[in-house]
Amino acid sequence: MWHYINLLFIETYKILFLLIPLLVAVAMIVWLDRRVWAFVQKRRGPNVVGPFGLFQSLADALKYIFKEIIIPASSNKIIFVLAPIVTMTLALVAWAVIPFSENFVLADINVGILYLFAVSSLGVYGIIMGGWASNSKYPFLGAIRSAAQMVSYEVSIGVIIINVLLCVGSLNLSDIVMAQKNLWFVIPLFPMFVIFFISALAETNRPPFDLPEAEAELVAGYQTEYSGMMYAMFWLGEYANILLMCAMGSILFLGGWLSPIEIYPFSLIPGPIWFIFKIILLFILFALVKAIVPRYRYDQLMKLGWKIFLPMSLIWVVLTASYLFYFNLLPNN
Amino acid sequence: MIIHAIFFYTFSFIAIISAIMVTVSRNTVHSVFFLILDFISISCLFIMIGAEFLGMIMLIVYVGAVAVLFLFVVMMLNVAQQKKILFKETENPTHVPIGLIITLIIFFELIVVIGGWKYKPELLNSISTQTLTETSNTLSLGSILYTEYIHLFQLSGMILLVSMIGAIVLTFRKRSGLKRQSYLKQISREKDDGIELTDPEFNKGVKIDD
Repeated sequence: MWHYINLLFIETYKILFLLIPLLVAVAMIVWLDRRVWAFVQKRRGPNVVGPFGLFQSLADALKYIFKEIIIPASSNKIIFVLAPIVTMTLALVAWAVIPFSENFVLADINVGILYLFAVSSLGVYGIIMGGWASNSKYPFLGAIRSAAQMVSYEVSIGVIIINVLLCVGSLNLSDIVMAQKNLWFVIPLFPMFVIFFISALAETNRPPFDLPEAEAELVAGYQTEYSGMMYAMFWLGEYANILLMCAMGSILFLGGWLSPIEIYPFSLIPGPIWFIFKIILLFILFALVKAIVPRYRYDQLMKLGWKIFLPMSLIWVVLTASYLFYFNLLPNN
Repeated sequence: MIIHAIFFYTFSFIAIISAIMVTVSRNTVHSVFFLILDFISISCLFIMIGAEFLGMIMLIVYVGAVAVLFLFVVMMLNVAQQKKILFKETENPTHVPIGLIITLIIFFELIVVIGGWKYKPELLNSISTQTLTETSNTLSLGSILYTEYIHLFQLSGMILLVSMIGAIVLTFRKRSGLKRQSYLKQISREKDDGIELTDPEFNKGVKIDD
């Protein structure tokens, strides 16, 4: 019995050691997002609270905590409250399998990439629940748009993952990273990396695919009726999801914790630093896209997902598989 | 092992309760949510018996895709309004006997199936050999699915494809008078044919392309 309790405590410490930095990172990443956005548009961005405005997100969080939570009278109250909790939990739970270095991972499970994919595909429920339970037109429209969009782009993300898995021969995330020891997958699978990046934008409802919360037509989409801490939880979950997508991109294509070249000054830097560096790099790309590209029209979005990305990634699966087969490069052979 | 048992009973309890709630709850959207909860707890049970691949696929396919579409359809229906039309509270309930008959038939079928069910003796052997080998779940599934059962696997894929095409054909209708965007046409537009000089007749005007 004591053995189990001990185990429980150790695991809890590990989880806290992962979650608290993650939440701080989410707060920082919001600041970074706004700064990059402002930089592109030649504005200052948040620069008042703390050095370089670093504590802006903290100030915002304080504001959210002390605001009143309003639950609309005609809403479905249980599901209304459950929606932000689901979003936030799913965004945090996925981080359990992310390997920060060779032995710095909370759960090194065999089907890690499937777990990530499953959790990210569950993310749509938070949005649908929020949109439906609000019992109001704008949130409902936003939720429906978002559900269709996320389901469509998940398909192409799944096919892209198959591309990578063909080269690796394992579903374990650490194995995926170690398979890139000699060559990062971004080089042979570059078109897939581009498609993955764009699909990740759509999957996380980021601009230019932020139609579910298009402020010009739907007020704030599924978040319209939310206030105070519940809104903040949606917001935290969204940014944690974006970070997760960046982490997934760096694991699948940019070699995870591996350094770009294994020579002296680079090999001194520990793996987690490289990994975080790659995540931040991808996130800056996310932020730049937000600042530069105008919003898509909905039919264009659907056309892009189903008629361009899905066939392209399927063709690439055939190409990769036949290349590996004919040159006898298939793993586990 | 006791922890294992606690988790097992928790998940199975949730699975059974939510399965009951799917049929009992008045709000259709709630019953879809309970269905999702049921799927999730069943996939947890799959993972607990070591079928991690099946559990994850269950999450991705059923919860991540099928149930979303379910929810979609159910939310679009105006359930409260239809309930009033279909099941009026004041009238004699005519739907109860029909439901009872169907339930009885299904119950009878289940009894027949379970009563006539015999364990395959080979099955037990294959299970014990499976747990002894140290291959991963995914590998062993794949090596069976793509060799021994390849025809059945492809056949099921074909059936899915045919049903998908059928659904598209059934719902597809070409509407006339719609303006569609053609990327090719837009990109291939030149500066010269962008402007057209016309000499319109008096009181007739110009007809813009339609």
